[in-house]
Amino acid sequence: MKRRLLGLLGFATGIFAGSVVLRRRFRKPRDRVEVYFDDGAMISYVEGAPEAATLLDAARDALRAVRS
Amino acid sequence: MDVAQALADLTEISSQIEAAVLFAADGTVEGSTLADAGAAKALADASAQLLQRADALRGEDAAVTQVEAALAAGAVFVVRDGERYIAATTVANPTVGLVFYDLKSCLRDSAPQESPKRKRATKKTEPQEEGEPSDEA
Repeated sequence: MKRRLLGLLGFATGIFAGSVVLRRRFRKPRDRVEVYFDDGAMISYVEGAPEAATLLDAARDALRAVRS
Repeated sequence: MDVAQALADLTEISSQIEAAVLFAADGTVEGSTLADAGAAKALADASAQLLQRADALRGEDAAVTQVEAALAAGAVFVVRDGERYIAATTVANPTVGLVFYDLKSCLRDSAPQESPKRKRATKKTEPQEEGEPSDEA
């Protein structure tokens, strides 16, 4: 009975770990903007952050200008 | 090196760069790899907007020198050198460090050359022959 329970627990752990790995591997990368300053600082704005929206809009305009 | 040559070298060196435009702070396009002047102007304007908005986020204490926007469809790079700018679009997931390096090189190579300064002539001294008595001795 104890061995069967351990087996089930191991199986469930394996399924969970596998799903985490798969989710990480096939996750769609989020759009982001990295800004570098003259004092050596760098700030990264990821899609979803309020500051990122205006920057990403301008970047999309730039890509559209080239590809349209 | 002139602007056209610097841009031609840039696209030859970097296969990841799709298009690039060199422009001034006032938005004047100095040169571009795009055949369509309207598209070049649109790229310059959008890149200037990107830099301006990034500048506004942090305020007065530091100026933006370069920006990379990574999108699913591709990436946009903008580099500033004083009053001159270069913007480029690339394929998705480019080698960021390499693209920045190539853009900075292009910006530097295309900069207007300053008139060369006159070098002070240095007096050539003849090497002393062996056996000749030296003044110090």
